[in-house]
Amino acid sequence: MAEIAMMKTQAETALADLFARSKSLLPGDARSREDAFHRFAVKGLPHRRVEEWKYTDLRALMREVAPLAAKPDAAAIEAALAVESVFAAAEPATIAFVNGHLAKADAMPDGVAAVSLAQALAEGHPLLSKLGAVSDAEGNAAYALNAAFMTDGVVLHVTKRVEGRVALRFVTTGASAVSTATRVLVVVEEDAAISLLETHESANGLAHQPNDVVEFVVGDRAEVAHVRLNAESDAALALSTVTAHLGAQAAFGSRNIVAGSGLSRHQVWMTFAGADTKGAVRGATMLGGSQHADTTLVVNHLATGCESRELFKTAIDGRATGVFQGRINVAPQAQKTDGKMMSAAVLLSEEGTMMNKPELEIFADDVQCAHGATCGELDDDLLFYLMARGLPRPEAEALLIESFLGEAVEEDLDDAIVGEALMGIVEAWLKKRG
Amino acid sequence: MPAVQETIDRVKAIDVDQYKYGFETILEVDKAPKGLSEDIIRFISAKKGEPAWMLDWRLDAYKRWQTMQEPNWARVSYDKIDYNDIYYYAAPKLNAAPKSLDEVDPEILKAYEKLGIPLREQEILAGVEPTNRVAVDAVFDSVSVATTFKKELAEAGVIFCSISEAIREHPELVRKYLGTVVPVTDNFFATLNAAVFTDGTFVYVPKGVRCPMELSTYFRINEKNTGQFERTLIIADEGSYVSYLEGCTAPQRDENQLHAAVVELIALDDAEIKYSTVQNWYPGDANGKGGIYNFVTKRGDCRGKNSVITWTQVETGSAITWKYPSCILRGDGSRGEFYSIAVSNGMQQVDSGTKMIHLGKNTTSRIISKGISAGRSQNTYRGLVSAHRKASGARNFTNCDSLLIGNQCGAHTVPYIESKNASAVFEHEATTSKISEDQLFYCMQRGLDEEEATALIVNGFVKDVIQKLPMEFAVEAQKLIAISLEGSVG
Repeated sequence: MAEIAMMKTQAETALADLFARSKSLLPGDARSREDAFHRFAVKGLPHRRVEEWKYTDLRALMREVAPLAAKPDAAAIEAALAVESVFAAAEPATIAFVNGHLAKADAMPDGVAAVSLAQALAEGHPLLSKLGAVSDAEGNAAYALNAAFMTDGVVLHVTKRVEGRVALRFVTTGASAVSTATRVLVVVEEDAAISLLETHESANGLAHQPNDVVEFVVGDRAEVAHVRLNAESDAALALSTVTAHLGAQAAFGSRNIVAGSGLSRHQVWMTFAGADTKGAVRGATMLGGSQHADTTLVVNHLATGCESRELFKTAIDGRATGVFQGRINVAPQAQKTDGKMMSAAVLLSEEGTMMNKPELEIFADDVQCAHGATCGELDDDLLFYLMARGLPRPEAEALLIESFLGEAVEEDLDDAIVGEALMGIVEAWLKKRG
Repeated sequence: MPAVQETIDRVKAIDVDQYKYGFETILEVDKAPKGLSEDIIRFISAKKGEPAWMLDWRLDAYKRWQTMQEPNWARVSYDKIDYNDIYYYAAPKLNAAPKSLDEVDPEILKAYEKLGIPLREQEILAGVEPTNRVAVDAVFDSVSVATTFKKELAEAGVIFCSISEAIREHPELVRKYLGTVVPVTDNFFATLNAAVFTDGTFVYVPKGVRCPMELSTYFRINEKNTGQFERTLIIADEGSYVSYLEGCTAPQRDENQLHAAVVELIALDDAEIKYSTVQNWYPGDANGKGGIYNFVTKRGDCRGKNSVITWTQVETGSAITWKYPSCILRGDGSRGEFYSIAVSNGMQQVDSGTKMIHLGKNTTSRIISKGISAGRSQNTYRGLVSAHRKASGARNFTNCDSLLIGNQCGAHTVPYIESKNASAVFEHEATTSKISEDQLFYCMQRGLDEEEATALIVNGFVKDVIQKLPMEFAVEAQKLIAISLEGSVG
């Protein structure tokens, strides 16, 4: 086939218009936003012939572009935040965003300094130089669009071991669909530690288009525990990216629970830049109806003796589609790497679909890497066992699904309150499933 | 942990500078002018004495090929191929259709002798008759020079001949099946092959016949600047069985040569085809100069219920390998198997794997792939397992291990696992193969020393592959297969 220039889709044209209209109104240097938009525009919306987007054809799936959300008024903020947060029981110090704009911030615990991203961009905050520490993400369409449109977010500077938890709460509200772009930068200095809870919520029905990025820069011997919850509208098109640049002897854990969104794509780039660090990325995805959820992960081992663990569980009901694409790269110098990646999916209906692509790319000879992928229905023997003990079928199924997802939801989570809150979400999903 | 010494030694023994088949045979050849055009295709077709439908088929493919682009998704890199700088037809000057081996150029016979391929039936038959006899189709550059045991096979009803002959003698079978598994426009190289294929093997095993001997084709590229484009078509009719093996070698040269073959297998109800390959094309020198570009499309269609297709491959040659022997599991209860060992040395690049496409109910597939990379080579496993909506009860097990020797090479795994049916059960794993202490202890307690015990357990580990190889190949490939994958990285 001859090389043909792709016609711009309606959404691509709308994005270009939206950018032209809003760029002068957005905080910070317009130049770097233009560069970012250009990186997106040259390739346009990724489609199935772009390998990293093979199973999530954004060009076909993103038909329209919602307008950028305006800053809400006080009444709207109050109404949006009146709903209790999922993690309320954990009593975190919370920074809340409504429609992508900073709305309310609790006092931060000792060891954490927070500056809103809008302010940081306007002032040229020195820590912003740490943005883009994982350079591999730069050419990615979702990441580039976020860089072009980011309205607000927060820069968290963690200098100590922080007691208690910090929560970032993103709520989208209003009468019509909007798009939001938030960016969070978390710089964790040497020997510091933080537990970060992140939630994304919007009421069902509206086709919001959130595009969020969280970047972690983790110093030597620092520790990060990150939990992210996607509870967006069932019609939302949610793009999210987490990048982590890890120093030596650090410990990093990030888990993503998908309980919402009509279409979601969660991307993780984890780079081991220092030796002897441990990193774990987990995900639990619950899908029904015609939902589509994509998890794409790239782990880069650049240093010696690091350990990475990736575990993803997907439960698929209705006509939903689950996607897992993971790649572990091991550079020639990253000897003694120990990497294990696993994706397991359970199909609960006749019409569900699961696409798995667990890749390894290895250039070092003294390493251990394993990857696994399974896909199937609930085990008949196990179901029989439970039903023989008097459980009705739906309950027996629920129990099995709960334990299946549980591994990715709460295992290795040293926080019982957060674990309980997350399992509550799994239970609610199972209840809804009936 | 790194690879064990025994493995390193074995891989070294087949390093690129150890290539044994690099000799050249000086012959008078009959060549088409260099380059590719409609005229060349007409020339090839006329040389083969083909009917008009075949020429039209070729010309149509050529037209389509001109609109296609070379694929670039594989993890291989090479300089752009100038498709007009290749001879598409080169044949040793033969008497028109040699009736016996005596009419074949003795130089060619010598070449096969050197390669250890028996072409003379009487030699094989003299003395004690061996239990395992093999019928050989010898393809030299663009033509088949000899096919053995044809008569005996014909008595059993098996058709075993060159594809050129089949087009002339059995046009109804060729027309019915050619291009039904690998369509003309399947991919860039398959379409090129459809336009210019010069020879290859045709096998038809009739209903209920168990082919009385192993069939094999031995491919040899000899002439400079030529490409080899062969096409193999094997049809196993209802309830039949055939085991086919292919081998290939080429002289040592500084230029790269293109080999773009197409293999189509068709298994009807309850039929079984076992297809084995020992691929040993010239791999280029230690600095990556020369070598064969092996861009091959191989696909089997389990068309009938309960049919079985097994691919077994031992890959050690070629500068670049781009090949994915696949199975379309169309018939209910059909089974596809893929067993592969790919060893890369020097600057070799391997991008190989399989596709198991489950369409029918209760279809099963199994993939065992072992990749070993040494030197500065790159070895990629790329595979697809997919279950379509109607493939209820489909089952797949995949196990792919890779091992690196040294830190200048790379091992990559790119599996695609796509399931659209809840009752399909797919498992993919790539595990580190450690020898269990218990097994070692058990063997040593019975008087084996540690080394012997290790060898025994490793042999057990690879028996999956070795058991699938026909006897003759097992001998040739045994050493390779016995390579320990201890220290594999997943």
